[in-house]
Order: sequence, then C-alpha cells, then structure tokens
Amino acid sequence: MHILEEKVRAANAKGRRALIPFLTANFPDEEKFWEAVGDLDANGADVIEIGVPFSDPVADGPVVEEASRRVLSRGFELEKLLDELAGRKFYAGIVLMGYYNPFLQYGLSKLAHDAKKAGVAGFIIPDLPYEEAEPFRKALEGAGMALIPLVGPNTPPERMELYAKSARGYVYVVSVMGTTGARQGLPPQIADTIELARQKFAVPVALGFGLREPAQLAGLSPRAMPDAAVFGSALLTHLDSGRKAGEFIAKWL
Amino acid sequence: MKGYFGDFGGQFVPELLMPPLLEVEKAMEEILPTREFQDELNDLLRNYAGRETPLTHCPTLSQELGFNLWLKREDLLHTGAHKVNNTLGQGLLAKRMGKTTLIAETGAGQHGVATAATAARLGLNCVIYMGAEDVARQSSNVRRMRLLGAEVHSVASGTATLKDAINETLRAWISSHETTHYCFGTAAGPHPFPTLVRIFQSVIGKETKAAMYEKKNRLPDAVVACVGGGSNAIGMFHPFINEEGVRIIGVEAAGTGEPGCYSSASITTGRPGVLHGCHSMLLQDKTGQIEPSHSISAGLDYPGVGPEHAWLNKTGRAEYHKIKDADALAALQKLCRAEGILPALESSHALAWVLQNPGSFAKGSDVVVNLSGRGDKDMDIINNALEEN
Repeated sequence: MHILEEKVRAANAKGRRALIPFLTANFPDEEKFWEAVGDLDANGADVIEIGVPFSDPVADGPVVEEASRRVLSRGFELEKLLDELAGRKFYAGIVLMGYYNPFLQYGLSKLAHDAKKAGVAGFIIPDLPYEEAEPFRKALEGAGMALIPLVGPNTPPERMELYAKSARGYVYVVSVMGTTGARQGLPPQIADTIELARQKFAVPVALGFGLREPAQLAGLSPRAMPDAAVFGSALLTHLDSGRKAGEFIAKWL
Repeated sequence: MKGYFGDFGGQFVPELLMPPLLEVEKAMEEILPTREFQDELNDLLRNYAGRETPLTHCPTLSQELGFNLWLKREDLLHTGAHKVNNTLGQGLLAKRMGKTTLIAETGAGQHGVATAATAARLGLNCVIYMGAEDVARQSSNVRRMRLLGAEVHSVASGTATLKDAINETLRAWISSHETTHYCFGTAAGPHPFPTLVRIFQSVIGKETKAAMYEKKNRLPDAVVACVGGGSNAIGMFHPFINEEGVRIIGVEAAGTGEPGCYSSASITTGRPGVLHGCHSMLLQDKTGQIEPSHSISAGLDYPGVGPEHAWLNKTGRAEYHKIKDADALAALQKLCRAEGILPALESSHALAWVLQNPGSFAKGSDVVVNLSGRGDKDMDIINNALEEN
C-alpha cells in the first residue's frame, strides 16, 4: 500500500475522516509557513499538500492566486523548498501540488530525485490530464511517489477508469465545476460523483475545492462520505489574518 | 500524437476541461466538414464579413523597394481584422453544438468585437474577458463590444493583459461549458483550438494563392505576417507550407527594444514550456514562471505563441524575426503616406520587417504582407506615441 493511502486508511481506522490541509509554500511568509506546517502536522493532519506557486494558476480561485502572487513577488525557488523539506520530519505524508511548467523547467528526472530525497510522497498537477501525464509518471516510476489524479462532477466513468489504472495514494474529487475557493454548502450532485469514484478507484477518495467547514459534509450518505477532506483557501485566509493553523484544523477533528 | 505539431501542442488543462475539449474535437470532426455547415459559413464570410478580400499592389513602395509588395487586405473585413474569419466559424459550430453562449478572451479587443458581432448575428449570448490594462488602452473597442450586446469583464489579476484574460476565460469555461463555447481567439491553447482556428483562418492563404495565380500566374516568393498568438500568420502560412519555393516569414514584437524591457517575442527569445494548455515557446524565467510581455500593439502582447509556429520554427520551414515598437510605428506612418492605408499596429510589424530588409528579397519578386487589421482602433496609441517623439 502506498504511504499516502496508509495515512488515509490509518485515520479511517481510528473512526475519523483523514484531513488534508493545503498551504501555498512560504505563505504568508517563510517562517509562518513552516510554523503552520508543523502546527498542522502536530494537530491531526494526515497528509499535507504544499502548493508550488505559479504565475498563471487556471484551476485556482482568487485566494490561492493572490497567495501565489505574493510568494512569487518575494522570489521563490523550488530547489530551496525541497532543501528545507529534506531537513524536516513530519508524521503527515507530504504532497506537492503545482502546475506543470515549473516542474518541467526544473527537469523531471532531477525533480523525481530531489523530491524523493526531500521525503515527498506524491504530486498533484492540476493541468496534467491523463493524456499528457506519461512523461511525468515515467519520471516518478521507481521513486515510489504517487501522481494523484483529479476528477470531478463531469468526469465520465470511462475517464475515471483511465485514471484508476495508475492511481496511487488517493483520488482527489473536485466538489464543484469551478476553481478552488471556499463556498457555502456543496452541490447536490456531488454524492453521485463520490459514489462513482468509490466504485472506479481502489484508492481512498478525498474531496476538495470549496470546503471550509465540516458541516458542509453533514448531508452526505455514508456511501458518499469521502475518506478524506482537503481544505486550502479557507485555511490560507485564516493564516493570513494572523491566526494559528492548529485552531483551524481542530474544528475538523 | 493527437494534437501535436512535433514536440509542440497538447492538452495541458484541468481534467474538468477535458470533456468540453473532447466535445469541440468531435464537432470539428463531425459537423465542420458537412456541406450544410460549409455552405452557411461561406455565405456568412461572403455576405456578412466581406470576403474575399483584395490582394492590393503597392505601387509607390514597390518602386522604392525594387520588388512587388502586395498586401492581403484583411483590414477591410467586417469588424476590422482577420479575427471574424474564426469567430464566424466557431460561432456557427457552437450554435450547431447546441450552445447558447460564447465566451472569449481579448487582447486588443479585435477578437472581442468580432466575437460580440458574431454572437449578435447568430443569436447567442456573449461574455468577453479583457485584461484591465487592455480595457484602459483600447477603450473604444470596449464600447463597441458593449454596443454589440456583449458583457465585458475587466480582469485585474496577474499582469492584467491577454494572458490573464485567457486564465479567466478558462476558469469561466470550467463552470459553464454545458451551455457555453469558448471561442478561442488565436491558434494557441489546448488541442483542438490550434487546429480549429487554423482551419478557419486558412482562407487568408488560400485566397492569396488564388489571387496571385490570377494576377501573375505564379506563387508569391514570400509571405509575411505578424505573430502574437499567431492566428493571422498561420492562416496565411498554412496553405504555403508544402510549396517549397515560398519563403515564410513571421514577425514578432520586440517591445521597446531597450535592455531589460519585456518583449512579446516568444519564438525568437523564449524557451519551450507549458502555458494555457499547450507546450510551445514561452517567455519565462529560469524557474518556469511566465514573464510579463510588452508590445505597443495589444494584439501581439502575449508571452506564448501557437504550437504550430514553434514547430515551423524548429523545423526551419518558416523563419521568425522581431521588430521594435518604434519601427512598427514608422512603418505604419509610411504606409499611410505612400499608399493611403492605415494598418493596425500589429500588422505594421510585418510590414516594418519587409521595409527594413529589402535586400532580403530578389529584384522583381512578389512579396505578400498580411495586413491583418486596420489601425483605426490604435489612433489614441499612435497619437500618444507620436507626441512623445
């Protein structure tokens, strides 16, 4: 079993949903970012997704875009992030989430090598659909890192099957037909999407995009209940107002 | 590989955009080739947009240059530029796909105006996304779009220009694609747009070929076009790619040309990378962040380029050069005085390269510059630039 799947299953075995916070790297600043990662790790995070900022984040809403812009304006280097990660130990599995071009320019085989050394367990690349993912999957092969697929309400069963073949860790179900960012409630048809994903994927199902509080999941039937919840924009807004990450994750436990 | 021109192209988009892209691809294969579609499109191109456009000989400049300079007059089209060739094609396709709304990005506003006019003509709703900086420098086009019934959204994120408008339109398409077609404006973006846009713009090169045969019973020696995203250029170039004797020349915008200043010359100064759904040549820093672009012409102000141009450059079939803002402006003035034609600042880049490099063409040869648009929209920018000098 992949380490990321283990993390999710371990939380489920304790009778709770796995928690996957997302944080843009070095946001609001470098010191507060690492403090928040440590805080989340110590307070129940099972997996932590670290956002690698990109100038043109087409799958993201205004909060992540603005956070990325602020980090980039101070200068950001992936190599430094990986160096920092290599020197730290966390319980949570570490996933890098970012757009393809910065990874491509870093060099895919160098990335696989350096990320492995840094203890990264997987990647999420929002602009790398199945058709284009082969070179990246090849680069990760043998390094034991997962390329986590994203699917959504408009993903037909046959495309879920394509992703399911190579899925490791977990599958990320996008809750809305839209970009990242906290919303009220959940679209009613999401239960069908989660059930379909559960049927097609052997790995656990994580739900993300638009989540801000656990009450949003209250209406879902047991079959449609995700194994893990991902929250990002609401956490970034919380951190940016000077509050602690631990307080935010506490309400999800 | 599907949707690739050699190493360039592809579909680097969120999974949520794959179903709508596959839907467009299917329509391109099944609806576009039908007789019914072609007849309706040809009727619109002829009787609504004003095709075919003339191939105009420039007597004064030809004499000065020592070879025959011809202009393909896309500036005479309805809405003022070649953009309408593509919007009518995509608009009609969208309608037959059962869509009720067209959304589009625009830089200079020409594609926005063409999309708005097309939507009005075909009875579709229209929403245009435009960078806040472009809204300010092309305000008359914003008013035209609104007059034509379009909703215009000003995009303030990022560099507030064309690339950010594309980001915002892609985001809007994710949430609306059931009812909405993204009428992509240039021969870039994810597959099938580079091919779809080229199919609709190839009318430029086909007519040029036919007109040259009619006038001189031969092919031109060279075809020249400006390249931002590259739709007017690929439309001119594509029908000549297999004509080995025809030189193909693309001209990018070099910006002010001052050291440290941004340009829009992604082929001549960029590196391969992925932006807006395709692998192509890009202006980017060493870590893969997209750099801001600059050009006096909003229509060329884009840090990427269509993947087929990247491929034509790599194989050497086409050559790409760059021209500075001031030289484009000088060429614009020269064409006004010499031939009585006010070209768009975009097209003036192509003209400027020919005027600056007469030695590059043999005496008596036939050189066609694609005059992709008219310059009326640029009057404020032209006035400001001339006052500064």
